[in-house]
Amino acid sequence: MAPKTAKTAQKRGRPPKALKNAKTLKNDVPETDVLTSLYHDMLLIRRFEEKAGQLYGMGEIGGFCHLYIGQEAVVVGLQSVAEEGDSVVTSYRDHGHMLACGMEAAGVMAELTGREGGYSKGKGGSMHMFSREKNFYGGHGIVAAQVPIGAGLAFAHKYKGDGKVNMAYLGDGAVNQGQVYETFNMAALWDLPVIFVIENNQYGMGTSVNRAAAGLDLCDRGKGYGIPGMQVDGMDVLAVRAAGEIALEHCRSGKGPYILEMKTYRYRGHSMSDPAKYRTREEVDSMRKQHDPIDQLKEMLLREGVDEAALKELDKQVKQVVTGATDFALSSPLPHEDELYTDILVENA
Amino acid sequence: MAIEIKMPALSPTMTEGRLSRWLVKQGDEIKSGDLLAEIETDKATMEVEAVDEGVVTEILVAEGTDNIAVGSVIARLSGDDDTENNTADAAADNSDASSEAPAALQVAEAAPQAPAVPAAPVVAQIAEELDWDGPTKTMTVREALRDAMAEEMRDDERVFVMGEEVAEYQGAYKVTQGLLDEFSDKRVIDTPITEHGFAGLGVGAAFGELRPIIEFMTFNFSMQAIDHIINSAAKTLYMSGGQMGCPIVFRGPNGAASRVAAQHSQCYASWYAHCPGLKVVSPWSAADAKGLLKSAIRDPNPVIFLENEVMYGQSFEVPDHDDWTVPIGKAKVVREGTDVTITAFSIMVGRALEAAEALAQQGISAEVIDLRTIRPLDVETITASVRKTNHLVCTEEGFPFAGVSSEIAMQIMEHCFDYLDAPVERVTGKDVPMPYAENLEKLALPQVDEILQAVHKACYREGGR
Repeated sequence: MAPKTAKTAQKRGRPPKALKNAKTLKNDVPETDVLTSLYHDMLLIRRFEEKAGQLYGMGEIGGFCHLYIGQEAVVVGLQSVAEEGDSVVTSYRDHGHMLACGMEAAGVMAELTGREGGYSKGKGGSMHMFSREKNFYGGHGIVAAQVPIGAGLAFAHKYKGDGKVNMAYLGDGAVNQGQVYETFNMAALWDLPVIFVIENNQYGMGTSVNRAAAGLDLCDRGKGYGIPGMQVDGMDVLAVRAAGEIALEHCRSGKGPYILEMKTYRYRGHSMSDPAKYRTREEVDSMRKQHDPIDQLKEMLLREGVDEAALKELDKQVKQVVTGATDFALSSPLPHEDELYTDILVENA
Repeated sequence: MAIEIKMPALSPTMTEGRLSRWLVKQGDEIKSGDLLAEIETDKATMEVEAVDEGVVTEILVAEGTDNIAVGSVIARLSGDDDTENNTADAAADNSDASSEAPAALQVAEAAPQAPAVPAAPVVAQIAEELDWDGPTKTMTVREALRDAMAEEMRDDERVFVMGEEVAEYQGAYKVTQGLLDEFSDKRVIDTPITEHGFAGLGVGAAFGELRPIIEFMTFNFSMQAIDHIINSAAKTLYMSGGQMGCPIVFRGPNGAASRVAAQHSQCYASWYAHCPGLKVVSPWSAADAKGLLKSAIRDPNPVIFLENEVMYGQSFEVPDHDDWTVPIGKAKVVREGTDVTITAFSIMVGRALEAAEALAQQGISAEVIDLRTIRPLDVETITASVRKTNHLVCTEEGFPFAGVSSEIAMQIMEHCFDYLDAPVERVTGKDVPMPYAENLEKLALPQVDEILQAVHKACYREGGR
């Protein structure tokens, strides 16, 4: 069984002890080009989400819009160690996952603006995007519904014997849904190759995890089913990578599911319409200033001797991608009215 | 280059808000993430963060101003041209649309002139049904369903069956008898009692390009799983813009069994038929059960396959054909007649035929239509019959309110109102939870006598209700 941290009794009614007990697993520092690529991918999500927030404010994006800002290290770290063909499924806070899976920023942004050029032709929106080509299976709007779906994708991997693993991302709010445990049971019973990635950003909408979750740490929620779990500093992309390698190896070798609890933090509200009054500005600021995943990696890159100008250039490139995506998302036409009645059923060939 | 800061929309429904407090002043240098202002919406007061960086050159709206339209310019920044030209460009791109009114408001204003909603397209072409006059075999509905699954599993490695007691126990109602022996536990899988979980898992497997058959021990238990059936299976094709469908069959006994009371006796036909993205099938005869289940397994869409426990043991002639299929979406005239049309599905077909026989003795010629598929509904076959008989009685075991019969009545009004010589009658389950007591249960279920009475009423005969 993989190493895991000593448990901490979480006391209810206290503010979350963000990261205090989170284990940092660090192997040797990867090559600089790997670090640079992680930096690029996290920065792309950050800038993309900032722009999405701005477009929301301008009325260009409607409905719900859940931003991933602050949590970038989780998906970027894990996807950086995944294999081609491993499948991904997540909840509605999904823009970062799509970008990390290699989906085009322009197609994602155009879906946010509800345009023809979006991944779902403007018919899905922020919470409902898919790319079979990139093995991204959504984008699910119902809290925890993606968890059995992820196990089903893992079932298909095992059934086909393709050696691939599913990563099913869920939040600390979703861990209290019954279907999560129905899934843990089946996944363990049938040794399904699935990693349940609990992105513990400390709040399920406005309810802190300590007010919502009884018992042990979330990484231990699979204990009764014999599923190993590990708590990870989800603000440290290298710790995430190292943990991902352990979990992937476990699943790929046929030992069944694995739980990774990523201790992370979202800087923005639950959705755009959340004033986030349930936490203090100081709490948010301290996470931002002391634990920001992008700043931490930037410091490391500079320590490793990467030229600051090179990083600035990277920053510029990312901004260009986001600007290009925005231009596309605002210039792509609205879906044609005939699209109202398409894609309801697959017509028999 | 100046960057405009606009009144942001902070919720899906916000069109205007109050600027309660500025947190910056003219001349301040701001960075991305700095707090700019407090804005009050009808729901909450929220702090607005800066996205762009630069120096505040102008504050255009005073603190305490009410009813500021979303999208109106509230301040300006001097952009740092070196690093911020991209954001400035983006702002410039939008200046056309936003100079007068925000995009969201423009859309709202434009709405009244919007063209009429396009009409729903006509249902797609349905395959022709084979008109079989070859040899047949006598077989129960139970055996027909099992053979349908076995044949499809032999033919397609991707097909597997999963549910409670489907493997080692050989099926709670023995529908999957023998499948474990032939196909092994890789493809015939006993699940824990966990409907929500295995329905969701089945949907994931279908996304992963397998062809799951998910058995519910009874459809009553599908209520535990209905979120996955509707939200995950039925809607994904649409939400993905046609990229990803969900080829899955949810099957099991539906409707009233016998003396099992309210929680185990209910028809789900109208529940599932209500939702776009699903096909709903409910056969009566063994031949249709076999042919339709094979079609359902091959269908690229999620199919709800409603069986009936009472029907499992009934025998019918089934075509002795190595690949007998029946197209989904096609009703069948099971008895021809000229005076009145009776629609039915599943167990009610038998009662409708019994009623037709009794009516014949009374000199009334009833045409009985077995709907077979509830959605897509074969309106064409029903209207063709009503044009001939000019009278319609709809029957079903389900509740009357918003039921399948109500929908058929509406369709007939839309398609051939002028051909009706009398109002449409319906014979349904009573509008009560199913009682346990034998006499009350009988009262709650639609009986042959009630069909007779409804026909008499529709045909203005003595004895009509």
